[in-house]
Amino acid sequence: MMNVWKNVKIKRAFHQIRMEKFFKTSLVLIALSILILVISFLLTLVVQSMPSIKALGFGFLVGKTWDPVANVYGTYPFLLGTLLTSFLALLISIPFSFAIAIFLGEYFPRGWFSEFLKNSIELIAAVPSVIYGFWGLFVLVPLVRSLEIKLGVTPYGIGIFTSSVILAIMIIPYAASLGREMIRMVPSSLKEAAYSLGATRYEVIRAVILPYAKSGLMAGVLLSLGRALGETMAVTMVIGNTSLIPKSIFDPGNTMASVIANEFTEAASSLYLSSLIELGLVLFLVTVVINLIGKRIIKRFTTE
Amino acid sequence: MENTILKSVDFDAYFGENHVVKKVNIEIPKNNVVAVMGPSGCGKTTFLRCINRMHELIEGASTKGKMLLNNEDVYEMHPIFVRHKIGMVFQRPNPFPNLSIYDNVIAGYKLNGMKMNKADKDVIVEQSLQKAALWNEVKDSLHKKGTFLSGGQQQRLCIARAIAMEPEVLLLDEPTSALDPISTSSIEVLLQELKKNYTLIVVTHNMQQAARVSDKTAFFYLGELIEYDDTKNMFTNPQDKRTQNYITGRFS
Repeated sequence: MMNVWKNVKIKRAFHQIRMEKFFKTSLVLIALSILILVISFLLTLVVQSMPSIKALGFGFLVGKTWDPVANVYGTYPFLLGTLLTSFLALLISIPFSFAIAIFLGEYFPRGWFSEFLKNSIELIAAVPSVIYGFWGLFVLVPLVRSLEIKLGVTPYGIGIFTSSVILAIMIIPYAASLGREMIRMVPSSLKEAAYSLGATRYEVIRAVILPYAKSGLMAGVLLSLGRALGETMAVTMVIGNTSLIPKSIFDPGNTMASVIANEFTEAASSLYLSSLIELGLVLFLVTVVINLIGKRIIKRFTTE
Repeated sequence: MENTILKSVDFDAYFGENHVVKKVNIEIPKNNVVAVMGPSGCGKTTFLRCINRMHELIEGASTKGKMLLNNEDVYEMHPIFVRHKIGMVFQRPNPFPNLSIYDNVIAGYKLNGMKMNKADKDVIVEQSLQKAALWNEVKDSLHKKGTFLSGGQQQRLCIARAIAMEPEVLLLDEPTSALDPISTSSIEVLLQELKKNYTLIVVTHNMQQAARVSDKTAFFYLGELIEYDDTKNMFTNPQDKRTQNYITGRFS
């Protein structure tokens, strides 16, 4: 009798060991598949853009003309357009997102109004970008146009500036939400130390809360920058889609993402298609590089 | 009393509906060390935090009654001025982790946006650190972060930070409860030095400490001030049964 149970126990133990192995292997496989996915993304982009890399070389990046009919592919205007719209959007959105983060994180962390505001901010992130495009086209473009008339520049309405404003609105929630969380994590003992020295709320925020939360605030900015760089639909609808180099922020232009979205279906020649894919590769690399730089900045901030 | 610096009149404090300090009347004489003792939850820390209006920073907290500093009600002054005149040291040392020792000491001036030349700052930093008995230990590393110091040194840094503002009264909320015995005794020695220039109010749950450091002792129980007397009298001849029970260790 005893022997039977002993065998069952041993069998059970083998089963347990097998299950444990299975569990571990599946975790490793899932983790690896993400890695493989990223690498194959990159590989596909590189392989598919090989014809254009071979044919155009470095001129692809610095060429100022994009004329598929004449088989001339220079992406400088789009690179400029992407960076210009993204950083301008960042510049516009930072005051708002930091103000919201401070307001919700420190000034009014509770109550129906802050709850309402918090939910509205989160809703901004949930609206589909095509709706932003529509709104931009019908509301923002006329506004920008009348501003341009007042300023005495060509009243396109659409263009770099309009796209930046749309982007700025779209990216506010990212920096604001993360910033709010970081500000709420500042230990109250530090805040009290400052209050006990006679600091006002503004002084506590400036001298204690912001220095303590700055790496988190920077991370939020980085997150929103990543979003701005890749945003396609809303920008495509209001940027004007011209391959000319914008001379001022009120000129129409184009971004890398918009070009890909607009021209992918009509890319007849294989070099054209390959150039568009290389454009995607450039966008991918720009995003990676900016992310790496941002991480470096955050690290420097936190170790100091 | 002739030389009273601080006086509370029928003072109440609440957390929402919770009545945590009840009708406290107390007079604090100048250049004394006054110990406030009592079991946990007796309202002693809350009372301390009412003196420099830190209590009201907590949501739902409110107060009633008068708190007179030199016959002026602190609740009719702007809290910023109150806190300039009444400094505070907390239970856990809380130097600003992003600032150097030097900047921590003058943090009060920096926070308040006062522009000072370097010579003045140097004087304030050196004097404050000397008064806090920390100067000799840190004079060669003034520009390092304050967080590498030991707990006791950090607490003395916080004392230096508080007295750099030249307050009249210094509130200490269980200043040694997070410290080891050696750091504790160095802080206790320091308190005797500090009372020459300041009036000190020390909350402590440690009776021996109250007996060692204070001139007068207040005993709080369930939000009420039960007894307030010279420390010597209080510990040798308590008037109230509850005080007697507390100091003989019948409840804690």
